[in-house]
Amino acid sequence: MALERSEVEKIAHLARLGLNEADLPRTTETLNTILGLIDRMQAVDTDGIEPLAHPLETTQRLRADRVTETNRREAYQAVAPAVQDGLYLVPKVIE
Amino acid sequence: MMDASDMHQLTLTQIARGLADKAFSAEELTHALLARIERLDPQLNSFITLTPEQALAQARAADARRADGETGALLGAPIAHKDLFCTEGVLTTCGSKILHNFVSPYDATVVEQLASAGAVSLGKLNMDEFAMGSANESSHYGPVKNPWDLTRVPGGSSGGSAAAVAARLIPAATGTDTGGSIRQPAALTGLTGIKPTYGRVSRWGMIAYASSLDQGGPLARTAEDCALMLGAMAGFDPKDSTSVDQPVDDYLATLNKPLTGLRIGLPKEYFGEGLDGAIAEKVLAVVEELKTLGATIKDISLPNMQHAIPAYYVIAPAEASSNLSRFDGVRFGYRCENPADLTDLYKRSRAEGFGDEVKRRIMVGTYALSAGYYDAYYLKAQRIRRLIKSDFVSAFEEVDLILGPTTPNLAWKLGEKNADPVSAYLEDIYTITANLAGIPGLSMPAGFIDGLPVGVQLLAPYFQEGRLLNVAHQYQQVTDWHLRAPAGF
Repeated sequence: MALERSEVEKIAHLARLGLNEADLPRTTETLNTILGLIDRMQAVDTDGIEPLAHPLETTQRLRADRVTETNRREAYQAVAPAVQDGLYLVPKVIE
Repeated sequence: MMDASDMHQLTLTQIARGLADKAFSAEELTHALLARIERLDPQLNSFITLTPEQALAQARAADARRADGETGALLGAPIAHKDLFCTEGVLTTCGSKILHNFVSPYDATVVEQLASAGAVSLGKLNMDEFAMGSANESSHYGPVKNPWDLTRVPGGSSGGSAAAVAARLIPAATGTDTGGSIRQPAALTGLTGIKPTYGRVSRWGMIAYASSLDQGGPLARTAEDCALMLGAMAGFDPKDSTSVDQPVDDYLATLNKPLTGLRIGLPKEYFGEGLDGAIAEKVLAVVEELKTLGATIKDISLPNMQHAIPAYYVIAPAEASSNLSRFDGVRFGYRCENPADLTDLYKRSRAEGFGDEVKRRIMVGTYALSAGYYDAYYLKAQRIRRLIKSDFVSAFEEVDLILGPTTPNLAWKLGEKNADPVSAYLEDIYTITANLAGIPGLSMPAGFIDGLPVGVQLLAPYFQEGRLLNVAHQYQQVTDWHLRAPAGF
């Protein structure tokens, strides 16, 4: 099944990717080519096969609930686009 | 003292001997290689960042440690890291504009382990943006050229690592492999490269692409050098939730094990349609050589191999779409100018910061994970993943190793596959099954066709990296493909 232009716009919105109006036809076409490749999966009989999420099928390891990290806020915020008083700045969200 | 103009010819193993014998110091070696990189890399573009000051400081520290009586095969050994390993205080771009200004506040575990073994990092290597590519053409920092033919690609995504080692700018480099990104560039540039078992090398500080597939590993000229590097890179890391808590084998100790009685399987699917006939001949010549070394050969089948590409191109983009949501212009990296509101900030920072291939994969992954499609895509792909793993489990009941070509084609011309991304995806056919199953795989040089290197791939059961390195080392004792250098380098 092929994606329509409006569906591509919706996917881009879900992924928070700005889309250039001029690029939309080409993007739609390329995505449809990739989905065509992916759709070859549907011909494979996988009835009764359990999905495999982790190659070694291990479960999540747990650790003791202890503070192990030191506070390195300044180092981490040194690479942020905009900070003030230890807070990350973004455009106003609530009027 | 050794002449500085010859030092680039040395393998890691030879460097270890030279440093131990005081034929040269780590500082002299570092100076020699830095000068060589500055002279030759402009034609290759294999480095994104050179770190001469840090490298010389590390080299002097290694010389001081040696003077204090410390030994160790990597003490003073020059290497470089693929630019998706975080390096404290050094630019870490992941080949992307979105991280063009990201100076990492911490070191990846792999970086830390190699540094504590005394390795000297000369800089950060070019790569496909976020490791998404098979040609190193999706890098924001420009394509990398193949030293065997500057009009051709070096493979990807660890293309900078491969080009730099093949051109003798450095004896070894780190890489990562999500669908073949160590093995394929190793094959296309005449190197030895190994993707370890999933969980063998820590992923902490390795910028994530597809977390259930990503594994770090080395590229070098010889299997022996890969053994040396992997010994330092592998190991349990509590900071990586999928790291495996199991002792690391002594890879050097088993290199000389005879191959007598080794059972090698040749999967018929690896020699079918799509494989360049000249490559098939080279691969079969390796098989003959291994037979004379004592191996026995058996024809086998991996019937689900053909389904690996569609399954991979669901699982990898799905995981990427989730992993790459962290690049939003808020906490680090690129932010667009004058955002109108928060949504505009996210959308424009990501649209301007990511390249086309990354955006494509994010969108494919977002679609595959979106409401109503999860079962048809992601779960379906994971079911196929189990079929692929089961193929290997059955095969390894009959054979010890599986052998085939690493790639269906030789290095292609720059730009040749840019118009149709799917044609480049198909180049991954022989490598991605190992990532889906989580088993280790190695590529080693198997000769040349029209002056271009050919790679042969060996696959082994979980945690048998030692066996792969052993077989490659034995093969390299009776052949010299791995010793050939590209003209001009």
